[in-house]
Amino acid sequence: MTDDTFTTPREPQLIALNVNGEQHEVITEARRTLVDVLRHELRLTGTHVGCEHGICGACTVLVDDRPVRACLMFAAQAEGARIRTVESLADGSRLSDLQRAFSEHHALQCGFCTPGFLMLAEGFLAERPEATKEEIREVVAANMCRCTGYQTIVEAIDACATARRRACAQACHSKEN
Amino acid sequence: MKPAPFQYHRARDVAGAVRLLAELGDEAKAIAGGQSLVGMMNFRLARPHHLVDIGGLRELDRMHRDADGALRIGALTTHHTVESDPAGTLAQGFEVLRRAMAWIGHLPIRTRGTVGGSMAHADATAEWCLLAVLLDAEFVVRGPLGERTIAAGDFFLGYYTTALAPDELLVEIVFPRTAPHAALTEFAERRGDFAIVAAAVDLDVVDGAVRGGRVALGGVAAAAIRVPEAEAVLTGGGSFDACASAAAAAADPPGDASCGPLYRKELVRTLVRRACEEAMSR
Ligand SMILES: Cc1cc2nc3c(=O)[nH]c(=O)nc-3n(C[C@H](O)[C@H](O)[C@H](O)COP(=O)(O)OP(=O)(O)OC[C@H]3O[C@@H](n4cnc5c(N)ncnc54)[C@H](O)[C@@H]3O)c2cc1C
Ligand code: FES
Ligand code: FES
Repeated sequence: MTDDTFTTPREPQLIALNVNGEQHEVITEARRTLVDVLRHELRLTGTHVGCEHGICGACTVLVDDRPVRACLMFAAQAEGARIRTVESLADGSRLSDLQRAFSEHHALQCGFCTPGFLMLAEGFLAERPEATKEEIREVVAANMCRCTGYQTIVEAIDACATARRRACAQACHSKEN
Repeated sequence: MKPAPFQYHRARDVAGAVRLLAELGDEAKAIAGGQSLVGMMNFRLARPHHLVDIGGLRELDRMHRDADGALRIGALTTHHTVESDPAGTLAQGFEVLRRAMAWIGHLPIRTRGTVGGSMAHADATAEWCLLAVLLDAEFVVRGPLGERTIAAGDFFLGYYTTALAPDELLVEIVFPRTAPHAALTEFAERRGDFAIVAAAVDLDVVDGAVRGGRVALGGVAAAAIRVPEAEAVLTGGGSFDACASAAAAAADPPGDASCGPLYRKELVRTLVRRACEEAMSR
């Protein structure tokens, strides 16, 4: 953790992580990836692990609002960043609009890939609320789904984006009047 | 799989990172975005004993233009920053870089992966390496003995091999001249995969006519290469088809289980023509 202290590599270190708005401290080996710390130390098992080399996207979380592969990042690298996992989407038992859109459009079957797709879409739509269906199609190619065939996932994300735009337009409109 | 144990060090500045790399020796590696290195460590293809995390060196995360129009990109600039170009730095001459980013993996790879990491990793078909060779980029490198600049032609030495010494850090990549009529295109088995073959061209267009240009290929040799035979066709006023055929004839690509040398040559022909047409349309 420090510039110049030398210890044996296996010695655990203290890592401070900001996850879903809460500060956590974990004592673990440097070789722990972010996804392993989230799942094993913090027991946030919503984030899944598939390939561990960046291909499948099951581990996608937000780091400083951007979607990233939690299997391709050591937890120590995430110190000082804001991390958001799928557990942050729902408000208690009330699902978020994005989660409801997935449910309504049958965008999941076995559900293994779903947390990754949700966080991918959450990060992407925050940066590009005006995203077209074509852009959504391009972005979801980042993650693998073996069940749905993707069509319903694209439709769910597009429906959520459209509804958010409509809500925003109405809010802005009523403010102007 | 899980990585072998290592010790993690966080660099606070470039000088500190270089000092650490020098002190720790061959068993140490820098980590930037980790989009190549962590996967290799997870599969134990890489087992460094020490990682020096340079990810926090914000001074290396910036793009700007010199007075003469040259572009300077800090090594830690992510592919996503280039793609979204928040300050409009790439306007007037370097749009080709912004457009090329869409070929690199996927959004969640581009949000972490860095320009410097791609160059240092030196995959034979990496888009950044191809663009550097095409546009005669210069690499600003800092080591224990100070700073030096390496030309793109001397930087890439072969498969995953560069002129960087183990205790040197790539700090900045300079693109010395604008490339308003340039394009990169490629073919991969799946969207987002590394290319089988990638082609890039940078045309000199005067009054709507092509007067010459540069042609570069990835995936046909151990590192990206320029193709003088194809560039000669452009200088001589030949057609894009003739240029593409010259590139295919000159290329001597390797074959592997998924695609042989002849197939790669055909890809070269198709992709060089497409890249020329796209570059001309800009
Ligand atoms: C699923 C997937 C798909 C991908 N597809 C593509 C693709 O199509 N095209 C493509 O080009 N890339 C692709 N990549 C790789 C990606 O572009 C990486 O970002 C890039 O190769 C490495 O950048 P990094 O910052 O992540 O480097 P790291 O992984 O952190 O480091 C890579 C290597 O470079 C060294 N290094 C890093 N920075 C420096 C520096 N400043 N000075 C000296 N040495 C340094 C490290 O020591 C290490 O050896 C893909 C990756 C994944 C996971
Ligand atoms: S587990 Fe991270 S991308 Fe597959
Ligand atoms: S729902 Fe089963 S993998 Fe996507």
